Amino acid sequence: MKSESNLKRVLDAGHISVTAECGPPRGADPEIVRKKAAFVAGNVDACNVTDNQTAVVRMSSLAGCMLIKELGIDPLIQMVVRDRNRIALQSDLLGASALGVRNLLCLSGDHQKFGDDPQAKNVFDIDSMQLIHMAKTMRDEGVFPSGDKLDGALQFYIGCAVNPFADPYEIRVPRLKLKVEAGADFVQTQCIYNMEKFKTYIEDAKKEGLLDKVKILAGVTPLKSAGMAKFMRRMVAGMDIPDEVVKRIGDEPKEKQAAKGIEMCIEQIQELKEMEGIAGIHVMAIEWEEKLEEIIGGAGLLPRPVIE
Amino acid sequence: MLPCTGRIDEALLLKAFENGADGVMVVGCLEGDCHYVNGNIRARARVERVYGILETINIGPDRIRMYNLSAGEGSKFAAYANEFVEQILELGPSPINVARTSTDGITSQEEAA
Amino acid sequence: MITGTPKPIGEILEMVEPYDKIIVAGCHGCVTVCRVGGEKEVQVLASTIRLAREAGGRKIEIKEVSLERQCDPEYVELMRPYVEDYQAVLSIACGAGIQFLAEKFTVTPLLPGINTGFLGVTERQGEWAERCQGCGDCVLHLTGGICPVTRCAKSLFHGPCGGSVQGVCEVDKDIKCGWQLIIDRLKALDQMDNYGKLKPYKGWSSARDGGPRRILREDMI
Repeated sequence: MKSESNLKRVLDAGHISVTAECGPPRGADPEIVRKKAAFVAGNVDACNVTDNQTAVVRMSSLAGCMLIKELGIDPLIQMVVRDRNRIALQSDLLGASALGVRNLLCLSGDHQKFGDDPQAKNVFDIDSMQLIHMAKTMRDEGVFPSGDKLDGALQFYIGCAVNPFADPYEIRVPRLKLKVEAGADFVQTQCIYNMEKFKTYIEDAKKEGLLDKVKILAGVTPLKSAGMAKFMRRMVAGMDIPDEVVKRIGDEPKEKQAAKGIEMCIEQIQELKEMEGIAGIHVMAIEWEEKLEEIIGGAGLLPRPVIE
Repeated sequence: MLPCTGRIDEALLLKAFENGADGVMVVGCLEGDCHYVNGNIRARARVERVYGILETINIGPDRIRMYNLSAGEGSKFAAYANEFVEQILELGPSPINVARTSTDGITSQEEAA
Repeated sequence: MITGTPKPIGEILEMVEPYDKIIVAGCHGCVTVCRVGGEKEVQVLASTIRLAREAGGRKIEIKEVSLERQCDPEYVELMRPYVEDYQAVLSIACGAGIQFLAEKFTVTPLLPGINTGFLGVTERQGEWAERCQGCGDCVLHLTGGICPVTRCAKSLFHGPCGGSVQGVCEVDKDIKCGWQLIIDRLKALDQMDNYGKLKPYKGWSSARDGGPRRILREDMI
């Protein structure tokens, strides 16, 4: 299919995919998006555009997707169920598909308490699991949840997020299984630092037969400093950064910690891409997009394959 | 007749001020010595709530205070009573009594309990 | 029960400021049990208002009443003989009770003395917690008797989200993760099969989203 997602084509061809993410700005200036996207272009197969992450108001994900698409990047729209009811979600799915966005990531969304409008009413009409199901139904069956036919079905490569490190662990794999059953084609994981725990997760997913059913894109975030590691560990729910990781970067003098963080990230990608069941790498270089080429290239994942 | 300070509630304490008290002294048994297990602990919590109310409506929180004494501490009771009366005298008449005096010239004759 | 919290006294004094003769009305129902709107609270609130007003040099006359329930017409009617002798009614019943008084006594202003909270339980003396949002379509048999709509901050039907850490919700350290509770309970009941099923989209029309709700029991009319 001509209009198929580039990410899907790369994965289907058996390559290790590379994705990154672009957080839209807190303003209406498109140049900020273009500037970030310039660091991304050519280094990835698709790029996530976040949807008001941490409930902080930003330019809409769809607008961000269009801006990066203009620069030749395959956009991946993130969609949270926090701010839209099922009417708005369906409508935005139609709009994004019509504008040529071919990758979708279905998320719950951080609670509005963490954003700049903690007094906002939250929606959560359907949850992220049901959004996956809804997008799949609208794509594969060409019908709305109401049963009415769509004039032109959706064309999305449907994804979801998983956090193998959140509590309780025992439902992490069953939850992934549910997401796959709901219709997820790929999953992007929370940033991985605890490789041992992640390996256990992948083994458990394998036991459930999930590795053949869904493409797992392993998430990594380069650490800029030991301070950042400690901050993330303390402030981000479900973030598992082992002591040895913090120690390894912390043992470096301050001015060399950023370089160490990149080195560690590259090593980690190299390990991940050899792991059974890992179909791709998702690099979340938060406000550090300029380092993407160094990281992805350093891990031997450049140039990106071009699939006709 | 109060069998125990545990019988005192906020409404009763506020009533004393409505009836013209300039201060209210609540004297209960020693903590841990309550015949009804925790009557005096409850009384303390209620006194604290009334303290808060008096503070918010500018009557003056220091017009109420809880003391704990055993039945055998007569001289201590006298000392506490003198101390509290001293404190109230220093604060002067409650704003209720001030308002009553200025509006209709009647001063409440009721004493602090 | 329906829970509530008292409005700050300053806010109440401001509300009653225009009046010199009011009723403070309590309710013997839920608000008595959660200690915010019963007979005792009527006495304390009335005393407080009288003291504050008199100290400010402007006395107020207050009638203290407590109805069996402010949400049932036969009890509300008991106020009718005297309600018009007063300039306003300050009710410390729940929002339903206050509105019912307003509906019945059309010429008397009704003032809310409490902020109505939620449908909850007494966890211990002095602590109440929400359990039900009255969504009109109960699924407790599938979720181990723990409501995902109420107990999950995002009302997820397939939780927990990534913000669940050691049984605590990311929204507040004092909120237990509803989905952790559900999972623990399903395990104890040997009903984890329920967890692994995709649940249909919830119909919210039976909740508040369908407009103000009404229950009509023909057999009782």
